[in-house]
Amino acid sequence: MAEATKPQKVFSGQTLAQKLLARASGRDDVAPGDIVIVNVDLAMAHDSSGPRRWKPHLDALGATLWDPSRVVIVSDHYVPAVDGESAAILKLTRAFAKEQNVGHFFDMEGICHAILPQKGLLRPGIFVAGGDSHTPHAGAFGCYAAGFGATDMLGIVVTGKTWTIVPETIRVELTGSFKHHVSAKDVMLLLCRELGMDNAFKAIEYGGPGVAGMSMEERMVLSNMAAELGGEVGLIAADRVTLDHIRAHGGETSEVDLAWQPDPDANYERIVTINLSDLEPQIAAPHSPANSFPISHAAGVPIDQAYIGACVGAKLEDLHMAAQILKGQRIAQGVRLLVAPASSQVTADAAADGTLSILLAAGATLLPSGCGACAGMGAGLLAAGETCISTTNRNFKGRMGHSEALVYLGSPYTVAASAIAGCLSDPRLHAADLAGAA
Amino acid sequence: MTGTAQIGRAFVFGDNIDTDLLAPGHLMKLSAEDLAQHCLEAIAPDFAKSVQPGDFVVAGKNFGLGSSREQAAVSLRLLGVGGVIAPSFARIFYRNALNLGLPALFCERADKIVQGDLLMVDPVLGKITNKTRGETLVCKPIPDHLMAMVRAGGLIAHLKTNAAHRDRA
Repeated sequence: MAEATKPQKVFSGQTLAQKLLARASGRDDVAPGDIVIVNVDLAMAHDSSGPRRWKPHLDALGATLWDPSRVVIVSDHYVPAVDGESAAILKLTRAFAKEQNVGHFFDMEGICHAILPQKGLLRPGIFVAGGDSHTPHAGAFGCYAAGFGATDMLGIVVTGKTWTIVPETIRVELTGSFKHHVSAKDVMLLLCRELGMDNAFKAIEYGGPGVAGMSMEERMVLSNMAAELGGEVGLIAADRVTLDHIRAHGGETSEVDLAWQPDPDANYERIVTINLSDLEPQIAAPHSPANSFPISHAAGVPIDQAYIGACVGAKLEDLHMAAQILKGQRIAQGVRLLVAPASSQVTADAAADGTLSILLAAGATLLPSGCGACAGMGAGLLAAGETCISTTNRNFKGRMGHSEALVYLGSPYTVAASAIAGCLSDPRLHAADLAGAA
Repeated sequence: MTGTAQIGRAFVFGDNIDTDLLAPGHLMKLSAEDLAQHCLEAIAPDFAKSVQPGDFVVAGKNFGLGSSREQAAVSLRLLGVGGVIAPSFARIFYRNALNLGLPALFCERADKIVQGDLLMVDPVLGKITNKTRGETLVCKPIPDHLMAMVRAGGLIAHLKTNAAHRDRA
């Protein structure tokens, strides 16, 4: 993929966001508040935000894509088609990808944010512009990955450039290591409460030994939900784990990419430290991810549905977490457990390693890969008065169906435990494997 | 009057008005015009019917959080909303709003405006006159060249207008 050359010169006191924006704007250094024009290395959009919004304007302006080899289109919102309108949107998207020779087109293979790393398209240092608010997901790979609306994306795919304001950075330092049945999702639900969701025009940078000890899929949760904090990006500097993941997925990288680190004396607006060893499973109550508290404060609320889905919550490791709880168990009478893996590759991997059998034996219903009910578009929507616990990232009023539905957010462990109990439930009480877990 | 001021009534909302309230996900296949009729209905069922062209949406912090969907800003503009006034905006919404011709004004003391107040708003001067209360509030000015794009109806309309001017020249 796009080449990310070594930083030319090391300036003291630079955050990772500053270094990445200096590179993208071709400057030696940048300061928070500077407005910079950046070169985009990779532009990504999906069936809802991309071609169907761009095409009429491209036609009217007589414009074409600046560099089709750097454009990624993923059909994930309206998949699979459920009616004439969604079928037409998908048809238009396919035709556009063909007409414009889009370099990377993935039709019904999974959610765009899961697809980018799975296809080896990310590399530390690059600037990724995505037509979706969860684009910060890719920041787990040390990319400057930010979300944009369709008009901004139209400008980007025509010119290869956009502008941004260099953000102040909030550093989140993670220490310690997770206790059993606590995960990155719990960190983010805690952070939504502690930092609030009003951090627009700021960068979130995660680091510390707690991050170093996490898998890439768990790091992606931190970066993904930087969006919920209101951040422009959720950055994690690359390490060996990052490079190994890129290589394992056929991507290009080299040791040079490890140079993209924040300076030890970087100037942060704020530094918050969380000791993972002290963290309990968290849950967010309707209608905001910031309305969160430890699961022990909410246990017992009856549920109708448990949903394992979305870019943030249906990766292979998320399914593994759910299976750990559900192994040999059965979901409660009257509760439906829906599983929409983040990509068809995840479904295949979960089938191959036995995870899928565990989920299905427990009573789960397998859904197609896509944004699905998380975006209010696919199967699994809720009726008025129904309660759902979900591994997704947002529980805004009306997002997952009826505006009078109630959605709680939790980790895959917590969602699986709640499906068994029929009510919001602490995964530490349900763990089939807890006996052996000290 | 500077010629850039607009007059309208205030429709007041709280903090964290998200994009699912502005443009519900399950209705995103509707036409933009039909979708706009559902704007904010989950918290203000009569909003789309009662808002008049030129009226203002006044809100608390972090207006427009959530999705990148432009329909959130488009719906407000199609209902004729003259601008959104709030102490802070979600980043993507803010960019979308200006790109789509909807003025978004940072105003620290938006909380002093009450439902139904008559406002005279000048985005270029950064001045909000509350005619009902006889108060003046400051907001962050939007530079005139950026307001030219906003007034044209957004970035694409602005590009088309400029292209038409070039063709005539």
